Formats: sequence, C-alpha cells, structure tokens
Amino acid sequence: MSFEWPWQYNFPPFFTLQPNADTRQKQLAAWCSLVLSYCRHQKLFTLDVLEAQESPVFNNKKIERKLSVEAIQVVFEELRKKGNLEWLDKNKSRCLIMWRRPEEWGKIIYQWVSKNGMVNSVFTLYELSNGDETEKEEFHGLEDWMLLRSLQALQTDGKAEIITMDDGKGVKFF
Amino acid sequence: MDRFVWTNGLLEMDETLVIQQRGVRLYDGEDKAKLDVGVVLLSTHRLLWRDQKNNECCICIPLSQVIFFEEQAAGIGKSAKIVIHLHPVPENKEPGPYQQSKYSYIKLSFKEHGQIEFYRRLTEEMTQKRWENTPVSQPIPTGVGTKAGRTRAVGIVGIERKLEEKRKETDKNISEAFEDLSKLMEKAKEMVEVSKSIANKIKDKQGDITEDETIRFKSYLLSMGIANPVTRETHGSGTQYHIQLARQLGDILQAPLEERGGMMALTEVYCLVNRARGMELLSPEDLVNACKMFESLKLPLRLRVFDSGVMVVQLQSHSEEEMIASALDNVSDKGSLTAEEFAKLLGLSVLLSKERLLLAEKMGHLCRDDSVEGLRFYPNLF
Repeated sequence: MSFEWPWQYNFPPFFTLQPNADTRQKQLAAWCSLVLSYCRHQKLFTLDVLEAQESPVFNNKKIERKLSVEAIQVVFEELRKKGNLEWLDKNKSRCLIMWRRPEEWGKIIYQWVSKNGMVNSVFTLYELSNGDETEKEEFHGLEDWMLLRSLQALQTDGKAEIITMDDGKGVKFF
Repeated sequence: MDRFVWTNGLLEMDETLVIQQRGVRLYDGEDKAKLDVGVVLLSTHRLLWRDQKNNECCICIPLSQVIFFEEQAAGIGKSAKIVIHLHPVPENKEPGPYQQSKYSYIKLSFKEHGQIEFYRRLTEEMTQKRWENTPVSQPIPTGVGTKAGRTRAVGIVGIERKLEEKRKETDKNISEAFEDLSKLMEKAKEMVEVSKSIANKIKDKQGDITEDETIRFKSYLLSMGIANPVTRETHGSGTQYHIQLARQLGDILQAPLEERGGMMALTEVYCLVNRARGMELLSPEDLVNACKMFESLKLPLRLRVFDSGVMVVQLQSHSEEEMIASALDNVSDKGSLTAEEFAKLLGLSVLLSKERLLLAEKMGHLCRDDSVEGLRFYPNLF
C-alpha cells in the first residue's frame, strides 16, 4: 500500500512557513496531519530533525521544495503542543513521535486481549510486540518504550499490571 | 654676458618650459662668469639661469637675442659646452648682472652633462621660433615684488598662478551662467503667462477650433507646466504653504493617479510634480508635508505608508478590497506570480506591485513560496 500524499504536498507554498498568522495555522495543521499519517504508514517512532529533512515528507523532489530545519522545528513544536511528540534531548534534534497516544494504544491492546479471551493471563512485552500471535495486529512491532507507556496507561485505569521479571518485563491483564 | 637681465624666474602665461639642466656654469665669452653653478632652463621664449643655492638669483635672455649657437666638445678636465652668440645689447634693456662685456657670446658649461639633449631642444626651439607667435611681455624686473612674494620655486609658483587664473575664469563663467539662469526664469514666467492667456482664449473661442485640436493644444500646455505654481514666495512658509500645495497636488495628481490604477509611489509623484513645475521645484520634505494634509483638507487623495515604510499617494476612492481582489484574480489566473511578473502585468512599479501582493497575503488571500527561485505568490488554498 503506497502512501497517499495530501494535495498540499505538491503545492509549493506548503514548504515556506507562511507569515500570515491564519494561513500559518492552517499550514501547520496540514503539516501535523501529514507527519503523523506518514509516520503511521512507515511505522516510525523516533525522528531525527536533520535526517527527517532529507526524508520524502519534508523534501518533495518532484517540485524541488524542501522544508527548512527551522520550519521543521516549528512543525514539531506544534506536534509537541498537541501531545504527539516528545523531545529526546535539549537541543531538540531527536524526538519520539506518537501518532497514536499511549492511551489509544492501550485500548487497542486491551481490545485484542479481551477479544481473544486472554484476560487474566500474563505476557512478556516481547510476546506482545514481536510474538507470532500478534503478527496481524496493529501494535505488532511497537517499540518497547511505546508499549511500556501504553501498558502504564492501562495500569492507571486498573486494566493491567506490569510485572518485573528476571529477563525483562511482563504484563498481566485484568 | 651683459645681455642677461634679472628676472623672477616665473614663466609667462603662454610660455612653457622645454627643458632644464642642473650643474651648468656660465661663461662670459672665454671668462668664467662671477656666478656660481646653477640650473639652466629653456622655455619657448627665453633662456633662463638660476643659482642652485640662491633661488632669488635668476637671470634670462630672450631667445630672440640668439644669433646662432654651437657645440664645444668636452676635453680632459673640461666639460662640454654650448656657445651661444648674441645680438648686441638692445637700448631699453632691463638691468642685469653685467653692465658691460667685451664678448658677444656666452658659454654654457655642462658639469653634470645633459648638453646633447639640451642642444637638441635648443635647436628645435630656435627653428620653431614659438616666441614670435605669442610674444612674451617684458620680463618682470626683480625689483618689483609679485603677489606670490618674489621668486620662489619656479614650478610651484607658476602652477599656483595658473590655478589662480583658472579660478578667476571659472568664477566669471559661473556668474555669467547664473545671470543666464535668472533671465531664463523671467522668461519662464512670461511663458507661463502666455500659456495662461492661450488657455483662456481657447475657452472663449470654443467651437471655432475643432475638439481634436483643443485637446492637443491643451496637452502641450500641460507639458509646459503648471500655470501658476504655489511657491514659498507666493504663499509664505509653514502650514499655509503646505495646505495650498496639498490642494494643488490634489488637482494635478487626479488624472495621473487614475491612469495608474489609483496608486503612485511618492518618489514617482515627486518626479511628476517637479517636472510639471519646471522651475519652482519642490523639496521632498515639502511634498511629504503637503501629502500629510490630504486627509485634514478632505481631498480625495491619501498618503499611505506601507508596513515596509514605502509611501504612496492613492485615490481615496481607490478601495483596498478591489485592489486585493484584483491581485487575487491575477494570481489565480496565472497560477502563481512574482512581484516582477505582477508589475509587468499591471504596468506598475515592482515596489508597488509587491506591496499589493503583500497586502493580499496579509488579508489571507495569498500565500508565499520562498525558494531559491525567488518569492512567488500563490492563491491561498490552505
């Protein structure tokens, strides 16, 4: 399945940060949704700002336009405000991107658990993200930090409990 | 040697220096002159000799006194010499270092060489006889002090004197030129009067002349200038002057503004107005001040300052919405436009067209694409 680019992607002004406040707002909203949907499509969980500039999202080779690093920072900052992004360092060069928030992931995982009648059973984190049974699920391949966060979200809801085991972490669903 | 006269060593106006040679001793015939070693100078009119140490000591002979001259080769312990045979002493001779002499020739002894070139130049001058074309006035006797304060370095004082002469000449020229200008200004006033009376006559005789001719004639009159410009002389200075000026600007700018789509850069206005005024030019400051009066005088013009600081004069009727809409139309038509392209399309200046695009952008109708190719504007599709 190839990624479907939004119409803005081929619109040159999309790659210049607009000075008009209203226009900029709309532009940034479009950028945010593009970045999130692209990351979802590519299953990306961490981004490096400099590397991202070269990736197809911010660099449209067809119309020869590239979003500047400053503009990328603005877009990312906007994503951070929305709760979809967390910076990994103070220089804001690397970030975690959450195209689905931990609570949403938790919900999806819990749905799968209850659908398969495995409430009250224990899983290792590896089983959940890389096991054969979850292969067809959306959370298959989820990065550890993301998985842990979503389970933590479930734990606060009282639907799961994280257990520390010898060789890592496990979880029990209620 | 008695042919020599004292001189201040300065060259005359039309006299030029040909060559000079240091280390030359003068001989009165066969005897060494009682003068020291000095510099000998050859000009187009005279042969001069100046003491090397004492510059005040300077003597000369007019070249017209020379009959002929010959070279005398150098020998052991003897410098090369040039022997110059001279006419007898003229009766009204100025005083010189020698009252009398038994020889009718002198010798130049070249201690530091240079006699070959000097001889060549002397031959040239003697054959060309340039002193005859522009006879030198009697050399100024040393007894009379000059403005420059007697003789000092010939070259520099000579140059200074020439400069002084030139300055005087220029002064004269300038004052003559301005005389012409004031006459021209008087004439210009007359011309304005004439144009006014013609304009009135045209009004009276409407019908006698065809419409076409009237229009053409009026356009000639217009290009001649404003009939009676508001000046500081006629309206004093300060606010009153600016008010009147603003009124006049309101009259004359109406048509050109309509022609240019309702807006003109202030610089353009300045040029147009001053061209129309002809002689009574406006200062930029006065123009700005007058333009600031538009609003309080309820004139149909406005001075507008863009965010970038660019000032324009626009018609009040010239609505911003219309301007923005037209910018949007144009951009939508072409897909995208740079300020230059837009300027070409509308026949505006690039500066103004850019202001329009920026305004449309500010209102959210356009958006920009700032790339290496330049700033382009697109319809705002966001």
